[in-house]
Amino acid sequence: MSSFDSIHADATTIAGSVKDTDLTAADVISSSLDRIKQLNSTLGAFTDVTETKALRDAQEVDRQVAAGAYLPLAGVPFAVKNLFDIEGITTCAGSKINRDNPPAAADAFLVSRLKSAGAILTGSLNMGEYAYDFTGENVHDGNCLNPHDTNRMAGGSSSGSGSSVASGMVPISLGSDTNGSIRVPSSFCGLFGLKPTYGRLSRHGTFPFVGSLDHLGPITRSARDLALVFDVLQGPDPMDPAQADKPFLATTTELKNGIDGLRIATAGGYFRSNAEPEALAALDAAAAAVGASREVEIPEAARARAAAYVITASEGANLHFDRIRSRPDDFDPDTRDRFLAGTMIPALWVQQAHRFRSWFRAMMSEMFENLDIILTPTTPFAALPSGTKTITLDGQVIPARPNIGLFTQPFSFIGLARRSGPARGAPSARHRRRQGAGRSTLNQEGG
Amino acid sequence: MSEIFDAKAYVTHMQALNELTIESDWRPEVEAHITATKKAADLLLSFPLDDTEEAAPVFVP
Repeated sequence: MSSFDSIHADATTIAGSVKDTDLTAADVISSSLDRIKQLNSTLGAFTDVTETKALRDAQEVDRQVAAGAYLPLAGVPFAVKNLFDIEGITTCAGSKINRDNPPAAADAFLVSRLKSAGAILTGSLNMGEYAYDFTGENVHDGNCLNPHDTNRMAGGSSSGSGSSVASGMVPISLGSDTNGSIRVPSSFCGLFGLKPTYGRLSRHGTFPFVGSLDHLGPITRSARDLALVFDVLQGPDPMDPAQADKPFLATTTELKNGIDGLRIATAGGYFRSNAEPEALAALDAAAAAVGASREVEIPEAARARAAAYVITASEGANLHFDRIRSRPDDFDPDTRDRFLAGTMIPALWVQQAHRFRSWFRAMMSEMFENLDIILTPTTPFAALPSGTKTITLDGQVIPARPNIGLFTQPFSFIGLARRSGPARGAPSARHRRRQGAGRSTLNQEGG
Repeated sequence: MSEIFDAKAYVTHMQALNELTIESDWRPEVEAHITATKKAADLLLSFPLDDTEEAAPVFVP
């Protein structure tokens, strides 16, 4: 593989080439940095590029490979949403206000995990302010654009995480997902995204949004890369109080087993009536590919989404209360008005949402006694044109911005693992490959 | 319930309670967001939860 090819290859291929010394890590990083310089002024994916450090780290990886070290991500470039701590860089979380903070003293836990596996950090990525976004629009850093069609949204809030991978700047990125912020940009940019089970991966060293809903995970160019990266990211960390006490879950070695024996169904009802035809075509193509002929209805999905909405608005506003009260002019107007409204939510509503969460979780656990995987569209439609204010779903004209997460919110709400990926076999797949329209798999123990 | 919800009055009251600054051109959006949240809450409050259904003190998915 040439260094030019490495801008399109997945991480598994790149790491294999570096380990076999077909490529050096220095070659790969130089290609990645060149690509960033070439495209970033148009796409707005990166907010900081750590060029000097990346080149130095690449030399160190090459030295370790030459010495025979085992590095599963040898020489693989990566970048992280700018709510991850990077030593020496201020963690902005998409905001203007956090620029006043001192630089981070150390890397986030997951950044350290990737580096220890031989991956090389190239910088931090654009995002919606304080992760309260599905569009990729940011008034402070500029909008992050979809590399397949720059007139369309990259999706958010991990917008740079999607745009950087889809444009060939890096093969893998990390994002956060509170209500869909890994899955939405994965869908809009035609990529693979994993939101693991709540508590599976440490969130230490990242700026929070909604503690009871926050997850971290990867966005990649291939399904096997999700497994490879997920295996590297796992590890106990007492610094995250929400991390579940679960043993290591090997996924890369499970890929060879395929889907034999798995009980897979598609979701009907709410997930069909609110989806555009192109999203349903992607879903049906995926279902046909895995032989999923059974359709199930997930009861009270709309209420689950409503509960996630209330919890998010309230917990997010609580986190930012001092900032929204003292510096409202310094917020992005699209998040400011929601944080202001979030300070006004009665405790009664929030408590009801949390009690409903218990009910919904128990109901879904019962469903998974007879199922292993449920397929849904990730988003109700492909990537929307930038600036879209309203959409029509199921005959209703509704605001676009909050409803992009219509299908993602009901599941992150109860912490279920979800994986989003493009459905290439569907009719009009070419259109979807260009503009995204992922289908999502949902399972209970998939990560 | 949302049909009789007076978002203007509610936002004015809560603005004072929480000592918030809300410029006049921000107000329609803030009112729209609290109205949307009220609608979501109505959906939840109309759902019959058993008296024994508790918010999970330690959430485990």
